[in-house]
Amino acid sequence: MPDELNAKGYDIPPEMQNTVAITTLDKLYNWGRRYSAWPMMFGLACCAIEMIATAASRFDLARFGMEIMRPSPRQADVMLVSGTVTKKMVPQIVRLYNQMPEPKYVVAMGACASGGGPFKEGYNVVSGIDKFLPVDVYIPGCPPTPQALLYGLMKLQEMMDKQSIKSVRWYQKGDLPEIPVPILGPDLIDPRDYPDFEFKLRQAYAEKTEEEAS
Amino acid sequence: MTDTTLVAEHPLLERFPEGVTPDERKGYEGFIVAADRLVEFATALRDEFGYDYLSSVTGVDYLPDGKMEVVYHAYKSTGGGALVFKVQVPRENPVVPSLVSVYPGADFQEREAWDLLGIRFEGHPNLKRILMWEGFAGHPLRKDWKEAYFEEEKKPFGSRWPGGAVHRAEDENPFGKNVVYPPDFDPEKWTPVGDEALYAGLREFKKDDDLKTEQVVVNLGPQHPSTHGVFRMVVTLDGETVVRLEPVMGYLHRNHEKIGERNTYLMNIPFTDRLDYLSSMSNNWGYVQAVEKLLGDKIQVPERAEYLRVIMAEFTRIVNHIFAIGTLLNDLGAYFTPMLYALEERELILDIFEAVSGSRMMCNYFRFGGVARDLPPGVYEKMRDLVFERLPRKIDELDRYLTENEVVRARCEGVGVLTPEEAIAFSAAGPVLRASGVPYDVRRADPYGIYDRFEFDVAVRYHGDVYDRYLIRLDEIRQSIRILQQALDQLPEGDVIFGSPKYSMRVPAGEAYGRVEGPKGELGFYVVSDGSANPWRYHVRAPSFINLTALSRMCEGDKVADAIIILGSIDIVLGETDR
Repeated sequence: MPDELNAKGYDIPPEMQNTVAITTLDKLYNWGRRYSAWPMMFGLACCAIEMIATAASRFDLARFGMEIMRPSPRQADVMLVSGTVTKKMVPQIVRLYNQMPEPKYVVAMGACASGGGPFKEGYNVVSGIDKFLPVDVYIPGCPPTPQALLYGLMKLQEMMDKQSIKSVRWYQKGDLPEIPVPILGPDLIDPRDYPDFEFKLRQAYAEKTEEEAS
Repeated sequence: MTDTTLVAEHPLLERFPEGVTPDERKGYEGFIVAADRLVEFATALRDEFGYDYLSSVTGVDYLPDGKMEVVYHAYKSTGGGALVFKVQVPRENPVVPSLVSVYPGADFQEREAWDLLGIRFEGHPNLKRILMWEGFAGHPLRKDWKEAYFEEEKKPFGSRWPGGAVHRAEDENPFGKNVVYPPDFDPEKWTPVGDEALYAGLREFKKDDDLKTEQVVVNLGPQHPSTHGVFRMVVTLDGETVVRLEPVMGYLHRNHEKIGERNTYLMNIPFTDRLDYLSSMSNNWGYVQAVEKLLGDKIQVPERAEYLRVIMAEFTRIVNHIFAIGTLLNDLGAYFTPMLYALEERELILDIFEAVSGSRMMCNYFRFGGVARDLPPGVYEKMRDLVFERLPRKIDELDRYLTENEVVRARCEGVGVLTPEEAIAFSAAGPVLRASGVPYDVRRADPYGIYDRFEFDVAVRYHGDVYDRYLIRLDEIRQSIRILQQALDQLPEGDVIFGSPKYSMRVPAGEAYGRVEGPKGELGFYVVSDGSANPWRYHVRAPSFINLTALSRMCEGDKVADAIIILGSIDIVLGETDR
């Protein structure tokens, strides 16, 4: 049993070290989670190649207990959004996120997933996955080097360490809301925009005619 | 490049006294064919003149002239230069006869031209959108189509220039997102188009069957561990046998061409890195070559730079093939172990790329008239060590572990066969074409750079199955090592770039098609310049995209598990497929 699990201030007799730990439930809970955060086997673009390189022998994701990539969202804890999020793909990504069981985390890997990156101006590109999903860690880079990805994952582990069973969202009362899946219409439609959709549409159209007039 | 005098006296003009005229615009080449003679012309070109390989089909929107032009580049599968022919149609109602009946390889490319430019191809068997989704408003590559974050027609944008006020594009958009809707769009009276049309085409029921069976339509992807990214195959299954297969793509369509037409020439080089993100150096070369063709004798590449280009391109080929073999074995079910061997060597080559260019994957190393920088100290020795000592040994090791493996042979031999005739007809390129017994390699068939100085064999295999497509990659790695050994021995001293590096350059008006033998196959860049600082048209002939045309032919009749490895053996990269 590693030393890090022990709460400070408790002396454990030498003969019982490595067999007994005095700790808090939060610590135990987070310690178990931080070393078994299974990422979803889910590559979008260039960053996915660096993700594979990170999983391979030189960088070795297994050191963090994250080597078990799960193709099914039902078995995954971390969604590494590794690459450009396009409008055509985002309904699937949101659906995959909804299918992941709690606790779940989202890591935006690279410039594209964080904010659109070099392709931001493109007509089929979503300006970052945080427009739809709650992102926990952003990793800059195009693509981030494996070292950067590992640092981002370590940050995620730190984040897990700070969580408490008392306050985490998945132990609160009531159902957790699902994120509405975007629809592919004449352009991407976010159902959350529906309440004031017409207003915004009219506004956009008014601006356009104004521009043309001037 | 064809000579203008040759075009004027070309036997094609004699064969077609009417309807075919030489393209006389300055800087342009080839012929302009009347739309109603196109199919006849193409048939004659294929059967009488030997141009049996249609490399590229694309459209150009000549907005000021009110014309749409479809540009075809045809080659002989025995080698030689291109024959370019074009069809011009009015912009309001662009209808062009489809060439799928003559060159089946035009299938996806015509669909792409329909999707992005709105050119209708009459007689196309399946004219649906391919990169965008059905129901998307407009044809984005048209010059008067503006994206949601539209700022200015051409870069550099005023807001990014010194003195400009940089702003977030989201703040300008009422939705705060990258979306724009047609003004008459009514969200209440609207239903999404969805995939019904796609599925309807795949559901077919046999009638005169005694046994009542039902075929099942199954989606593989876009999130699937074996589709090499966000690729989707919709298959109709009869039991476990694939009856029909339709690839669905566009899930990584990053609008490379639209962005490329707003960019300046130089700005496009880093974007080409992200096409086929496993082999950025080769992509750089294809684009740089097209622009250098446009520049003509205004630019000469120094000797040392030519060698460095060959060295980097061949290292890229090794990186790519080694990765392709690793993923193919993954698809075969050898979960990650062969991949670990492959990636070990890849990392060593990436170290060289990083030392040379500053980035592991997105090298951005080539420039017009040379390469960005010279080799840093110590890299040359490292490369020699790799090429002469380590790599040959490691490739033999990979060969020893995998080639005679019983499972590999049982799963791969005789699966996904593509005959040489089909391979040419479907415009397959690269290892896919050569594994089918067509010894066509752009490095030999239409040499560029200094490839005519090196001794190497064009790898060719004759069975056209998955096993041969695996073997040919090993062969090609060995040939690349041969080229690298010669290039490293001969590497001269000197400059690595012509003149001083320039940010912006004047490119004479005209068109150019530059093509290189990328690791995935023939990678072509079609660039039209109007004489300004930005390209008028920028099109990528992506081998991964066009090789997929043959996918459904290869998979039909095989088991669904084999469809996975057939896709793996084509070796696609979605960044290039969808662009």
